[in-house]
Amino acid sequence: MRTIIVGCGRVGAGLADALSRAGHDVTVIDVSTQAFNRLNADFPGQAVRGDGTDEDVLRRLGAEQADYFFALTEGDNRNTLAAQIAQDALHVPHVIAKINDPVRAAAYRAMGLAVICRTTIMVDTLSRFMGLPADPGAGDLVAEVVVKRSDELEAP
Amino acid sequence: MFIIIVGGGKVGYYLTRELLSSGHEVVLLEKDPRRAAEITHEIGSVVLNRDGCEGKHLAAAGANRASIVAALTGDDEDNLVVCQMAKHHFDVPRTIARVNSTKNEALFRKLGVDEVINPTRIALGAIEQDIPVHDLLHLAQLSTGGLELVEAQIEAESPAAGRLARDLALPEGCLLFVVIRHNVAQAVRSDTTLEPGDKLVALSRTDCQDEVRRLLIGDPEPVANA
Repeated sequence: MRTIIVGCGRVGAGLADALSRAGHDVTVIDVSTQAFNRLNADFPGQAVRGDGTDEDVLRRLGAEQADYFFALTEGDNRNTLAAQIAQDALHVPHVIAKINDPVRAAAYRAMGLAVICRTTIMVDTLSRFMGLPADPGAGDLVAEVVVKRSDELEAP
Repeated sequence: MFIIIVGGGKVGYYLTRELLSSGHEVVLLEKDPRRAAEITHEIGSVVLNRDGCEGKHLAAAGANRASIVAALTGDDEDNLVVCQMAKHHFDVPRTIARVNSTKNEALFRKLGVDEVINPTRIALGAIEQDIPVHDLLHLAQLSTGGLELVEAQIEAESPAAGRLARDLALPEGCLLFVVIRHNVAQAVRSDTTLEPGDKLVALSRTDCQDEVRRLLIGDPEPVANA
């Protein structure tokens, strides 16, 4: 399984480490080489400094052959741009964008982008912890993405 | 007409002024408080000090009744998101985005932005017009991906000079449209003979522009360093 991760923050680095431990071929891209310090010292994949919203950069890194593409920078808009390049220009079969603004997350989900929204997930989790009923919207948002992915997931 | 402008830089600021003075209703979204205060001071209370990328702020600005949303910030990804939100979430009939990276131009069109303005390409076009090095002049990129309108100036030493249009073996998908001779435009027919001084307007696939240039103009001359 070939996976591209744009953004080597806590989530990006954590996912890169987890997937490469599980045998995936992982390429992680960030505009700052310092971000790669978050990776395990023995990270076996590729860590490349570059702009993950640049179509040429993504092509050079072989994103067209990727099975999975995660846009996980700290900028919602950069993530939507990177994810749409991956989905519409490079035709990566599985693309997920992190969008923390719930309104934008819902809008892009309606446009056919698989979106993960930290805000909705955390609000829902903490609300449920406080005994409030689960927000069906938040559940759907996560569940839809997660169910869809796990259905299709194969061993690397 | 009700127009929402996102980004209060120079372009957004002057556009707001122009539109107001021609009687349009305008709201300008500028996220930097200092810049927003400056513009408010200059042109009055049409400024919302909000980030136009956030859906709720577009809603507060009245996006659901806007005829046009123009995203003019310096960041391509922000402009894309503003336009897509306006289009898909608020059904705005016409969206305009400024793009700064030429690479994003075709992509933005493909992703549904109605009008893409690329200052880099405009400047590039203006510069190319002044450069004596004979190359294809890029006129416009078409929304259907991978096609570009180009202009070629035929010189005496160009391979196309003196030849019939039908004898030029242009790559498939590339078409000669119009020849401009002594400032008069005429359609290119198969029996049109190309002459030095002609300007040819052609539709070219982006990936075969080198070939088109070689067939029409010849190999580029080395740039003489003054």
